Amino acid sequence: MAGGAASGGSSAADTYAGARNWLLMPSWVVLIVFVLAPVCMMLIYSFLTKEFRGGVIWEFSLKAYDQFFCDRGLFGDEPCAIEWTYITIFWRSIWQAGAATILSLIIGFPTAYFIATRPERTRAMWVFLITIPYWVNLLIRTVSMKFLLRDQGPLNDFLISIGLIDSPLHIINTNLAVQLGLFYSYLPFMVLPIYASVERYNFALSEAAADLYATKWTTLRRILLPAVKPGVIAGCILVFVPSLGAFLAPDLLGGAKNFMIGSLIEEQFKGNAGNWPFGAAASMILLTMVLIILLIFARQQRKAEATS
Amino acid sequence: MSAKTDVKTYSGFKFMTLLCLVILYAPLIVVTVYSFNASKSITVWEGLSLRWYADVFVGPESGKFKQAAINSFVIAIVAATISTTIATLAATAIVRGGKFRLRTASLGLISLPLMVPEIVTAVALLIFYNSIGFDRGLLTILVAHIAFCIPFAYLPIQARMQGIEDTYEQAAMDLYATKAQAFRRVLLPLMMPGIISGFLLAFIVSLDDFIITNFVKGAGVETLPTAIFGSVKQGLKPNIMAISTMLLAVSIVMVTISYFVSKSDNTK
Amino acid sequence: MNDDAQIAVDVRDAVKRYGDFTALQKISLGIRDNEFFTLLGPSGCGKTTLLRMIAGFEDVTEGAIFLYGDEIATLPPHQRPVNTVFQNYALFPHMTILDNVGFGLEMRGKSKSEARARAGEMLELVQLSQFAARKPSQLSGGQQQRVALARALAPSPKVLLLDEPLSALDLKLRKAMQIELKHIQRETGITFIFVTHDQEEALTMSDRIAVMSAGRMQQLGEPKDIYERPRNMFVADFIGETNLLEVSVDAINDGRAICHLGGGHELTCNAVDEVGVGSKVHMSVRPERLFLSDQPTESESLKGTIVENIFIGTDITTIIDLNDGPNFTVRTSNSDRGNKRIFEPGAQAYVNMEAGSARLLVD
Repeated sequence: MAGGAASGGSSAADTYAGARNWLLMPSWVVLIVFVLAPVCMMLIYSFLTKEFRGGVIWEFSLKAYDQFFCDRGLFGDEPCAIEWTYITIFWRSIWQAGAATILSLIIGFPTAYFIATRPERTRAMWVFLITIPYWVNLLIRTVSMKFLLRDQGPLNDFLISIGLIDSPLHIINTNLAVQLGLFYSYLPFMVLPIYASVERYNFALSEAAADLYATKWTTLRRILLPAVKPGVIAGCILVFVPSLGAFLAPDLLGGAKNFMIGSLIEEQFKGNAGNWPFGAAASMILLTMVLIILLIFARQQRKAEATS
Repeated sequence: MSAKTDVKTYSGFKFMTLLCLVILYAPLIVVTVYSFNASKSITVWEGLSLRWYADVFVGPESGKFKQAAINSFVIAIVAATISTTIATLAATAIVRGGKFRLRTASLGLISLPLMVPEIVTAVALLIFYNSIGFDRGLLTILVAHIAFCIPFAYLPIQARMQGIEDTYEQAAMDLYATKAQAFRRVLLPLMMPGIISGFLLAFIVSLDDFIITNFVKGAGVETLPTAIFGSVKQGLKPNIMAISTMLLAVSIVMVTISYFVSKSDNTK
Repeated sequence: MNDDAQIAVDVRDAVKRYGDFTALQKISLGIRDNEFFTLLGPSGCGKTTLLRMIAGFEDVTEGAIFLYGDEIATLPPHQRPVNTVFQNYALFPHMTILDNVGFGLEMRGKSKSEARARAGEMLELVQLSQFAARKPSQLSGGQQQRVALARALAPSPKVLLLDEPLSALDLKLRKAMQIELKHIQRETGITFIFVTHDQEEALTMSDRIAVMSAGRMQQLGEPKDIYERPRNMFVADFIGETNLLEVSVDAINDGRAICHLGGGHELTCNAVDEVGVGSKVHMSVRPERLFLSDQPTESESLKGTIVENIFIGTDITTIIDLNDGPNFTVRTSNSDRGNKRIFEPGAQAYVNMEAGSARLLVD
């Protein structure tokens, strides 16, 4: 654009600058009142005293966090020893989410790459194919998975009928079932950002590497992967973060032994047996973990942008 | 082909892609097929039948599912409409409001529901409603859905709007249109594909939601996901598969509409 | 220079700042009624900013803009009776060609049928009637350009603003449109303010040109004036090709300056008021005002060695190195090659010019 430098000072379009407070007002009101304020209220609740029939007594207490981290013996009067029950559940959640993320990456990266290297007119169709399942109700997808993986389900029937196994595999109610469920829930989130960065990748760089005697796999590792790293990281975050707090997959596919954060929190608010301050504290700990991950991610992306 | 000279092609990637598609589609196809099973048992195949579809509409649980479906669709339509309207206004301010101090804060606020894990939002809303004494029921679900649907409606609208040069509004105003007229006659029609995508996404997300709804719904109020979940907890039954298949069909209709909306262009 | 009634757009001491950056520094100019006026300059010089200030898309930091005597700088764009042809046309992609052209009239309160009727007439003017029902994306670049013109002219604006409207067209189409635009301007009698970075385009079309650089107006005048009598280095260098040489002024008498070129060469230049004796300044002489010979002529002659000849179609460009002095570029028209000798590289020759061809410049 001629005169571009001169008008560069107003590069952001500002046609409706005059009305912007009015335009923003509804979103601010709704999101502050119904997202931000509730999260703050939850923080407050995590420091209150529990009431036995669900709910809270308005009395300051560190009991919820103490219960999470400290084992004070049978009568609750011993000095603080580390309480492993909840840390184990969190650790299991991280591990399950991590496994699901790696699984998604192993399947998702080649898929994203393959789609991004299709001729341009068929690419949209491939992306469409990958995204359809995302539009299908998550509960229904998880139920379908449960149905498929059952001991007498179609997968086992199929494997037995082709003679690969003699007796059904017990997949349901194992860690593997949960990982498969999470993987299945969020796979499109892995494919799409990687696809977007591979599509922007300049393949002349690969040709240059090949010209300089790099093998295909060296080219992949040394040239392509660094270039599409932001997309890969974004994909991993988009799978890992929702997996961490997932409820449906662990609840329907995992059974009691494979308890994850989501179920732990849910239980605190169910009926009279619940413990609201403890549920709020567990939610705060999960939220803090997620925000730290997102913060690191945001910093990384900014660094990647600065160097590219 | 010329795989040897083509630096783009990696052998095995095609196989992985097909595997990916099989994994994505197998459960859905299997459930669809078994929803037409004549058998009372979910394990044995006894031939084609529509009996479980009939069961959904006239069976013993039909009343419950009908009410749940009505609740789900009403909430989804209202929540998607309101959140899309709010998102359209916000996108106009952020993409066309110049540089301003609260821009980053506004963007952060809008994407907040995407960053906070769903279960945390659910807990927070439950506590919030409880502390202000808001009786749980359809309205609490609706308000929650409006709030967390905003970012889903917002993203496609913003993306679309960023692709529209501001010279179009300037041309309209140069031709004697007021700002409001320029918005209505020029900007809004150009944004329409983004708005429709945003609406559909918000609609699906609302229809899809289980965990937040489960926390903020009042006793006895059910949406389709909570009703299905309650049923599944008591064991997989064929009528659930029939409902699932119908919801699947709804999703596919929606995604097809959104596909054609994004393809079609009112500029051709 | 003119009485007020004759002035269409009067820009008075207009300043535009974006934060610390000053895009326009105190610009004052009067654009006459019925004139084809061009703002010419390299990108970033502020010409588009000035145009957008007249249209109403940029506010004026300081100063005022009058349109036929009325102050307009504070009016929003939709209340200014001026219309713009945008650089990339900005045709509304979701409307038909006819609705695009009728949009302005509709916004001014005309009924839809009235607007359509007038839009139809405008399309006839630009010979695009058969495309009325199409969408902009179905038209070629040149056709879109004409639609943009018809759309901007339809509401009969008092002044038409054109922001590099031809820059997206290929060379041939651009040349044709230059002539068509000029015709339409004459026919309609509307004042045109045209922004371009293409000096040839400006010279071809304009009644007057304002040359701009770095937010300042460098020179205002008729095309011939600006080409023949550039006021400063920027204008001489930006408009056309020229030999720009550093000289020191030895003496001035009667409007003629005796200048020292270095290497013992002397030359008589046209003096300007701002440059006095003893100053080191630049002088400019157009390559086509020079000719080569093997003997000195009665006018200004400087001896040198031919460096190379470059064939560029209509002309031949010769570079000659004055012994111990600067280089000159000489342009010889291909058509009168018959009467003029082509010197081979290495040959000794004289560069000649008629008195008054070289001009001293203000820096």
